[in-house]
Amino acid sequence: MTDILTIEGVSKTYASGLTALHHVDLSIRRGEIFALLGPNGAGKTTLISLICGIVSPSSGSVRVDGHDIQRDWRAARALIGLVPQELTTDAFETVLATVTFSRGLFGKPPNPAYIEQVLRSLSLWEKRDSKIIALSGGMKRRLLVAKALSHEPQVLFLDEPTAGVDVTLRREMWDLVRSLRDRQVTVILTTHYIEEAQEMADRIGIINQGRLILVEDKQVLMHKLGRKQLTMELQQPLAAVPVLPCVAPGSLALTKDGLELVFTYEREAEGGGMAELLAGLGAASIAIRDLRTTQRSLEDIFVGLIEGSTAQDSNAPDAAKAPDLSGASSVSSAADASGVVP
Amino acid sequence: MNLYAVRAIYGFEMARTRRTLMQSVISPVVSTSLYFVVFGAAIGSRIPSVGGVSYGAFIVPGLIMLSLLNQSVSNASFGIYFPRFSGTIYELLSAPVSPVETVLGYVGASATKSIVLGLIILATAALFVPLQILHPLWMLLFLVLTSVTFSLVGFIIGLWANGFDQLQLVPLLVITPLTFLGGSFYAIDMLPPVWQKVALFNPVVYLVSGFRWSFYGQADVALGTSLGMTLLFLLAALALVVWIFRTGWRLKA
Repeated sequence: MTDILTIEGVSKTYASGLTALHHVDLSIRRGEIFALLGPNGAGKTTLISLICGIVSPSSGSVRVDGHDIQRDWRAARALIGLVPQELTTDAFETVLATVTFSRGLFGKPPNPAYIEQVLRSLSLWEKRDSKIIALSGGMKRRLLVAKALSHEPQVLFLDEPTAGVDVTLRREMWDLVRSLRDRQVTVILTTHYIEEAQEMADRIGIINQGRLILVEDKQVLMHKLGRKQLTMELQQPLAAVPVLPCVAPGSLALTKDGLELVFTYEREAEGGGMAELLAGLGAASIAIRDLRTTQRSLEDIFVGLIEGSTAQDSNAPDAAKAPDLSGASSVSSAADASGVVP
Repeated sequence: MNLYAVRAIYGFEMARTRRTLMQSVISPVVSTSLYFVVFGAAIGSRIPSVGGVSYGAFIVPGLIMLSLLNQSVSNASFGIYFPRFSGTIYELLSAPVSPVETVLGYVGASATKSIVLGLIILATAALFVPLQILHPLWMLLFLVLTSVTFSLVGFIIGLWANGFDQLQLVPLLVITPLTFLGGSFYAIDMLPPVWQKVALFNPVVYLVSGFRWSFYGQADVALGTSLGMTLLFLLAALALVVWIFRTGWRLKA
């Protein structure tokens, strides 16, 4: 799969002195859904704004389908659609007029049939003559998507696309994003909802304090960092964690006043010695009433990485604060350094 | 050149005028008509003619210029300020639109509205006072140059302003006083000698003078000077707009 977006060594320091991005390297593959996760103020919106031309980079380069966003800005921007985080619309315009306006702004000749198709696909066609001020929040969100799609972009940025929308609409938005990918539109979304990234993304990037601390295929990430737990409900409470030779020290813990024994293991361990554990418990005459397994979610992984990255930044001397952590290789670097992954 | 973008911005702005017809066109026409009633009919009938032109007719170019300047500034400043205020400016900044194309769209629409308004006021004036236009092409030239120049000024104000109060500040405290003191209602030679000299520092004097010359063939300053100064203001405003876009001032972080 070829790259449609290449970001190399991009940094951004605002006039106030705040450095929002530190030497970010990132490549986005054509046709993928890429989720950029990060806490508030991590630099997600700055990165998107910079790629779209709203913010000027302090250093580094960005190419969209080979077009440099500064030297060949016209060709680069024509390929990009942006759905901003805020519901910013011209309240007194009609739906059809504002979407038609967006198409013209991006240098495309009028194409009423295409605009109709976009509006129908977003369930907005019936509202085409309505003023935007009369639309619901969900409709406004879809309208912003329609505006961004009006010029047939190859790359679509969705900045917090489902912020403040109800569950039904969020599902609709996810379906829409998937349908865009089916049409070979590359989608880059920022989100606070880990569930959203887990549900939709092909790859995930995690940004914190302006540094891209991880970029990884979602499945690989889940597999690499996905920790599982086996919780055993005991018939009789235990006073202390049993010492079993077949189990690594520290992987067992007691909870619920000794009534639950929790075994933590790595997914990669393929069972993690579960059979030996159960046999060992049987030999020690520890009776089990029930058991269940749980898997570490992307949210747990995200929180762990962010906490680790923040701790690393606050402890490390300045000179060591800008490691190149982008790319798949950064998974182990970031995780190892943070101590998040056991 | 992204002509589709120019057309989109221009069309968007003109549509806003249609939506706000009362505010954009009818209101200035009504207020100008009131000027004619007060200064032309009520007070003007007691004022002797100026250079052989009745006072009511004499003030027509000045009144048109007054509306032209205010409307050009307010149209263009609101046009670019509102997207900044509402946040929709993101779309303009992320679109493949050059500064020239942006200015063509916004300033073109603002100037168009002002010119149309000027012509409507001219037609309205014809209902109140006998009018003659000795040099109609010059009249149109000054109309266009003034509208474009002050639309550029309005565009700059729209970029500079950080609130609706600031948006009104320059028209209220600068444009209107300069217009009233720029010979809209009198000839400069009617002022005491010292104030005649001071008046020459007022850019509006040159605009009104040239514009009035196109009507009645009489002017406060030479036609060439009026035209030269008008073009100078135009270039100065253009240079400032170019600088703004080059530096991204108030537009880009």
